[in-house]
Amino acid sequence: MQEKLLEVSNISISFLQYSAGLRQSNLKVISDLTLDISSGEIVAVLGSSGSGKSLLAHSILGILPSNASLSGKMTYLGKDLNQKRKEKIRGDEIALIPQSVNYLDPLMKVSNQVIGECENEEDKKSKLLKQREIFEKYGLSKEVDDMYPFQLSGGMARRVLVSTALISNPKLVIADEPTPGLDEKSVEETLNHLRQMAQDNVGVLLITHDIDAALSVADKIAIFYAGYVIEIANVEDFSGNGENLIHPYTKALYNALPQTDFKLTTGHQPLHGELPPGCPYFERCDNPTEKCSNNLPILTEISDKKVRCYRANEFKNNNVAIKEESSDELHHTDEIGSFEELNYSEKLDYIEEKDSSKEAGV
Amino acid sequence: MNYKTLGKFLTYKFIRLVILIIAVSIISFLLIDLSPIDPVRAYIGEMAVSAEQIAKLQAYWGVNEPLISKITNWVGNILQGDLGTSLIYRTPVVDVISERFTASLTLMFTSWVISGVLGFTLGTLAGMYRGTWIDKTVKGYCYILLAAPTFWIALLFLMVFSVYLGWFPTGLGVPVGKLAADVTIWEWLVRLILPAITLSLLGVAQIAMFTRDKLINVLSSDFVVFAKSRGESGWNLIKRHGIRNILLPAITLQFLSFSELFGGAVLVEQVFSYPGIGQAAVAAGLKSDVPLLLGIVLFSTIFVFCGNAIADLIYKFVDPRIKEGESYEQ
Ligand SMILES: Nc1ncnc2c1ncn2[C@@H]1O[C@H](COP(=O)(O)OP(=O)(O)OP(=O)(O)O)[C@@H](O)[C@H]1O
Ligand code: SF4
Ligand SMILES: [Mg+2]
Repeated sequence: MQEKLLEVSNISISFLQYSAGLRQSNLKVISDLTLDISSGEIVAVLGSSGSGKSLLAHSILGILPSNASLSGKMTYLGKDLNQKRKEKIRGDEIALIPQSVNYLDPLMKVSNQVIGECENEEDKKSKLLKQREIFEKYGLSKEVDDMYPFQLSGGMARRVLVSTALISNPKLVIADEPTPGLDEKSVEETLNHLRQMAQDNVGVLLITHDIDAALSVADKIAIFYAGYVIEIANVEDFSGNGENLIHPYTKALYNALPQTDFKLTTGHQPLHGELPPGCPYFERCDNPTEKCSNNLPILTEISDKKVRCYRANEFKNNNVAIKEESSDELHHTDEIGSFEELNYSEKLDYIEEKDSSKEAGV
Repeated sequence: MNYKTLGKFLTYKFIRLVILIIAVSIISFLLIDLSPIDPVRAYIGEMAVSAEQIAKLQAYWGVNEPLISKITNWVGNILQGDLGTSLIYRTPVVDVISERFTASLTLMFTSWVISGVLGFTLGTLAGMYRGTWIDKTVKGYCYILLAAPTFWIALLFLMVFSVYLGWFPTGLGVPVGKLAADVTIWEWLVRLILPAITLSLLGVAQIAMFTRDKLINVLSSDFVVFAKSRGESGWNLIKRHGIRNILLPAITLQFLSFSELFGGAVLVEQVFSYPGIGQAAVAAGLKSDVPLLLGIVLFSTIFVFCGNAIADLIYKFVDPRIKEGESYEQ
C-alpha cells in the first residue's frame, strides 16, 4: 500500500552573507524546489557537487545551519511539517544516512553510536541486540562494535552509516550520497540495502551525483540544475534515445551517458548567486524562446512528470527540430589519457570544470 | 595501554627534564653572577664582622673562584641532594623548600581543582546557552579577569573580605604569638580560604573561555548535527557528544597552566602573606638569598615541567585516535 509520505513544495534555501564591507547579500542555493515521495518508493535527487543536495536533506530534518533561511512548505503524512514537528519525528520516523564518516562522533564506539540515545538499560540491551543483527546482515564482525570511527575502512563506515537508519524502523530514509568512494561491489551492496528498505515499504530519498546509481535503484529521478529542479522523470524514461525525457538538460545528461553516445552541450551551470532572471538553462539551451531569457518557467505537471520549461509540451511531442550538436568538446582523450576510465559523473565534473576555466580565461 | 611506548615516552621525558634542569641552572647561575648580588653581604646583614671573617666567608661561598668551578661545585652538590643553606632562614634550602612547597601545593592544588571544575562548568554553560545572558555574563567575567592584574584582584579581595567585612585575617600565615607547629588545622584553613578563592577565580577565566569556544565548535560539527537529526537534544546531547569531546582538551589545558598557576601563587601569596614558596621566592630575591633562589628556580622548573609532561601523556595515551592510531615515535 502506497501512501504519500513527504511533500515538499516550493522550498528555497538561502544564506545571509556579508560580502565586501558590511553589505549583506543573500546567497540562494536551492530555489523553488518541489518534490514528493511515497512509501515503498525510491526517489533520487540528482545534482552536481555543491549544488545544495545535502542542504535539501538537512532542511527536511530541520538541521540547517543557523545562517540558513528556509521558505516554502513541507508536509509529512498530510500534516504540516514545521520545525517543531521535525524535531519530534526525526530519528524516529525520518532517518538520515549521512554523507560521510565525519557525521560520527570521533570519540564514541561504533555500536554505541549506532544505537543512539537509549531510555534505559533495557532499551539499550534490546537495541544492542538489534544492532548486532543489522551488523551481522551487513557483514560487520563483532570487533567492529568496539571500534572508533577513525578505524573504519570506507566500506565499513558506509555500512555503519546505513545501519544507523535501520535501528529505529523509520518510514522515510534520506540517504545523502551513500555511494562515492566505494568499489563496484560495495556500491551494489549499498544500493541493495536501499532496495531492501523500499521493499519493506520505507520511502527512500536518494541524494546523489551518480546517475548510474540513481538509474539502477530509483523509481523517480529529480534533476537539479543551478538550484532548481528542472525535471522529475520516471526511471523508465531514461531509455532508448531519451525520447521520453522532456527537458533539454535531462536529454543532454542522458545522451552523455557512456552507453548512449556521450554528448553534452557546452557551457556550465550558473553558480549560486549569479542566477539569471529567466530560465536557468537559457545560456545552454539550443532552442530557447523569447521569454526564456527574462521569465522563470515554473515546474509544471505534464502527464505523470514535472518539468520546468516553457516548451515542455513541444519537447514532449518532439516537435522541436533539435540542432545538430558538434561533439568537439568530447575529444579530451589526448589531454588526459585516463578520460575513458573516469566514471560518468567524473566526466561531467571534468567537462563543467573545463568550461568554467575557459570562461575565466585560465 | 601500550607499556613499551609508555616506557619510551617516560624515558624521553626524563632525559628532557635533565637537560632542561642543566640549562636552567646554568642560565640562572650566570644571571645571578652578573647581578650585583653579594652573598657574603647578604649573609652578614647588619652584623659587625672582621675582615678576617669576611675572607673566610668569601672562601666558603667561593666568591673569588672562576665561574666554571662555581657552577660545577654547585651542580655537584645538587647531585648529592645538597642545595646549600638558605641565608635568610639559616636552614638547609631543601628544608625550606619542602616546607614552603607543601603550603603552596595545598594552595595551588585547591585552586587548580576549583578553577578547573568551575571554569569547565561555566564554559560549558556559556557554550550551551550561547548568546544568552548566561553566556554574556560568563564572557564579561572572563574578560575582566584576563585584563585585570592578578595582584590588583588579590588586593581587592583582601580589602573587601578581610578589611571591610573582617571575615578573614589580613595575612600572616601563622597567628601572631604562636609557633607554627601549634597552629590548628582550622586556623590553617581560614588562612587558606581567601588566597585559594582568589587564585581559583583567576584561573577560571582561561579554562572557561577555552571550554566555551571548544563546545561551540563541537556543537556546530557534523556529528552533532547528525545526532540532532536522530532526535538527540538538550543536556543529553551535550553530555553524550559535547562533554565527551571537550573534556580531554580541557584537562590537558589545565595541566599546561601550571606555569600561570605558579606565577599567580607568587603574587597572591605575597598579597596575603601566605607562607608558601612564592613568598619565599620574593623574599629570597629581595634579600639576595642565592642558594634559596636557585633552589626555588629548580623546583618550579620541575613543577611546570611535570604539568606539561602530564598534558602530553594525556594527549598521547588517552585519546583513542592517537593512542590506537600511531605509536609514539621520537
Ligand atoms: N553554512 C553555510 N554558509 C554559507 N554557505 C553554505 C553553507 N553551507 C553550505 N553552503 C553553500 O551551499 C552549497 C551547497 O552545499 P551542499 O553541502 O548542500 O552541497 P552538496 O550538493 O551536498 O555537495 P556535495 O556533492 O559536495 O555533497 C555550497 O556550495 C555552499 O556554497
Ligand atoms: S525554458 Fe526556454 S531556455 Fe529554458 S529549457 Fe525551456 S526552452 Fe530552453
Ligand atoms: Mg552533500
